[in-house]
Amino acid sequence: MTPRTLFEKVWDAHIVHQQDDGPTLLYVDLHLVHEVTSPQAFDGLRLAGRRVRRPELTLATVDHNVPTGDRSLPIADPISATQVSTLERNAPEFGVELFGLDSPGQGIVHVIGPELGATQPGSVIVCGDSHTSTHGAFGALAFGIGTSEVEHVLATQCLVQARPRTMEVRFTGRAAAGVTAKDLVLALIGKIGTGGAAGHVIEYTGEAIRALSIEGRMTVCNMSIEAGARAGMIAPDDATFAWLRGRPRAPTGKAWDDAVAAWRRLATDPGARYDREVELDASRLAPQVTWGTHPGMVADITARVPDPSEYPAEADQRAVARALEYMGLKAGTPLEGVPVDRVFLGSCTNGRIEDLRAAAQVVHGRRVAGSVRAMVVPGSMRVKAAAEAEGLDRIFGEAGFEWRNAGCSMCLGMNDDILGSGERCASTSNRNFEGRQGKGGRTHLMSPEMAAAAAIAGRLIDVRGFHPSRFALGL
Amino acid sequence: MRPFTVHTGRAAALPRVNVDTDQIIPKQFLKRIERTGFGQYLFYDWRFRPDGTPDPAFELNRPNAVGATVLVTGANFGSGSSREHAPWALAEYGFRAIVAPSFADIFYNNCCQNGLLPVRLAEAEVATLLERCERTRAGYDLTVDLVRQRVADGAGFEALFEIDPYRRRMLLEGLDEIGLTLLNEVEIAAFERRHAALGRSSI
Repeated sequence: MTPRTLFEKVWDAHIVHQQDDGPTLLYVDLHLVHEVTSPQAFDGLRLAGRRVRRPELTLATVDHNVPTGDRSLPIADPISATQVSTLERNAPEFGVELFGLDSPGQGIVHVIGPELGATQPGSVIVCGDSHTSTHGAFGALAFGIGTSEVEHVLATQCLVQARPRTMEVRFTGRAAAGVTAKDLVLALIGKIGTGGAAGHVIEYTGEAIRALSIEGRMTVCNMSIEAGARAGMIAPDDATFAWLRGRPRAPTGKAWDDAVAAWRRLATDPGARYDREVELDASRLAPQVTWGTHPGMVADITARVPDPSEYPAEADQRAVARALEYMGLKAGTPLEGVPVDRVFLGSCTNGRIEDLRAAAQVVHGRRVAGSVRAMVVPGSMRVKAAAEAEGLDRIFGEAGFEWRNAGCSMCLGMNDDILGSGERCASTSNRNFEGRQGKGGRTHLMSPEMAAAAAIAGRLIDVRGFHPSRFALGL
Repeated sequence: MRPFTVHTGRAAALPRVNVDTDQIIPKQFLKRIERTGFGQYLFYDWRFRPDGTPDPAFELNRPNAVGATVLVTGANFGSGSSREHAPWALAEYGFRAIVAPSFADIFYNNCCQNGLLPVRLAEAEVATLLERCERTRAGYDLTVDLVRQRVADGAGFEALFEIDPYRRRMLLEGLDEIGLTLLNEVEIAAFERRHAALGRSSI
C-alpha cells in the first residue's frame, strides 16, 4: 500500500462522495458552534424547513461576546445580548447541546472541545471560526468555515471541500528554556509569511514538537491559520492518549482500547511524501515578539524594529512603513524596552491551564508595574476553576492582575475588554491586526511567560534574563 | 445564490497586501444576526475618519472609485478570521468580483458561497490592472467573464484565470449547495453506517 501522511489517512477515511469535477463531500465528526457565526445559519435552516442532521455531533457555546466581569448582571450591550440569546434560543429549537453563560462548562469553543474529550484523534472537526485549527494538536483534521458552510454542515453533516495540499513543518532540536510553543509558531509565520501555507494542511513534526505538552501543541496548531494554512496537525502519541483518557466524552473500557489502537495507526507512514517541506532549528530560536500589524511581522525580542528599506518588494516596504506608523514605532528601536500599557493573558491560543501556570511562575511574588493594567482571562470556566484550586488566582491577584471569567475577551474585543486608541498591549492572543483589540490599539503578540514579564517590567523584556535581582536594579 | 456569468463594471484599486477580514469588516459590526446591513461598515476604520466623515485619502473614497463593482487588490486578500460578514459586506457595498494574486482559503470559499467571484491573476497582471486603474482619472472599467474565464478592459488588457470546475458551475447557475448535497442522501447514510461500525458515531 502507498505510504500515506496523517492528513491523507484522516481525509480518506471521511470521503462520502468524490465529485468528478473536483471537490470531495467530506463527513464531519464534530461541529462546534458559537454565537457570532451561527445565527444566519440557523435562520437559513428555518427558512428552508431543514433540521440539524446530527445534533448529537454538534456542540455550542457562547464565547466571543460574553462579558468577563460580573455574570450576575445582564449583558450591557443590547446587540451582544441579542446574539447570545439567539443562540440560547436556536440550540434547544434544533436539539443542540449548549454550554451557556451560566454553565460551568462554558468557555472558548477551542478550549472546551478538548477539555471535554470531544476533540479526538483521526476525526474531522469544523467550526465557524478560523482558530478551529487548534484541534489538530490531537491528530484531528480541524478547520474553520464560513457561515454558509456552517449551515451546510448543520443540514447535511458534510462539507464540500477541495483537497488541500500537504506541508511538513519540521522543528529539529530542542527549544531552550524560555522559548515556548508560541515562539515556535511565531518564528514559522515570520519565516513563511501570513499566506505562506495557503492551500496546505501543515503537519508539524520533529523533536521540538514531540517534546511539547498537549497544551503547547494546541498553541502551535492554533496559529496555523496565521500562516494561511487550512489546518495544522500533529500525530497523536502516548502523551495525547494520556491527556484524553478519562475526559467526559472520551471513549471508555474496550471502546477506549480499540480507539487507541486505531489512533496509533494515524501517524504518517515512513516514506510518505508531502507537497512541501519546511525546516526550522528550534534550538536556535529566541523568544518572539511581533512589532507590526500581522503575525508575520515578528522578530526575536533581542532584535530591533526593522526599517522598511530592508524589504526588497515595494508592496512590503509600503506595508511595513504603514505598520510602523500605526504601531507608533521607529525603525531601529530595540524591541526590548518598548513600554506597554496593557497586558492580556488568555485566548484560544494561550488561555489554558498550563499557560496560566507558566505565567504565574514569572509573576509569583512580584508586582505589576504601576503604569500597566493587566488581566487574566482563563480560556474556560473549568480552566478558571482548576487555576483557583491551585491558587493561581491569588498569585495573579497579589501581583495586581485582574482575574476574570472565561471568553474570547480582548483577543478581539467584541465585549467590553478593549484597548483605547494608542494603548500598547503585550498579548498572548493570535492577531495583531489594526484595531483588532480596539480601534487604534497596538498589539504585540508573545508567549504567556513574555507577557507576564512585560507586565512586571512595564515594557517588553526578554524573559530569559528576567529574574528578581535584575528587575530590582531596574536594568 | 445570485448567479455570476459576465459582469462589466467600474474597478477600484486597493494596492495593499495581506488585507485581513478585521479590516474588511471590523469586529464591532459582527453582532447583527442577519445576513444584511454590513455594506455600510465595509472597511469602516479605513473609510471613515474618527468624526465619521469619509476619509478622502482612502482608496475607495476617491472619485474614480465611485460606484465600483470590481475590486483589484494585493496578495493574500481576506486573511485572518473566517467571518462571512466580510464577503457579505463587500457584496452589499456593490462588489461583484475581486481580482487579486491570491486569497486566503476560507475567504475564497465564503465569496463563492455568495456569488462574489474571487479571481486569481498573476502578480504582474494585477500590477498592470492596479496601475491602469489608478491612472484612469475618469474611472476604469473591467469585464469579468466567468463563462470564458477571462478578465479584459477593452483597451488591450486580457487575462485568463483558473477556477475549480465545480465552483464555476455553482456560480454560473447560482445553485443551492445544501440542496445539491442532500441529493447524496443515500451515500451519506451509507457512510454513517460504516463510520458507526468503526466506533465513530458519537462524541
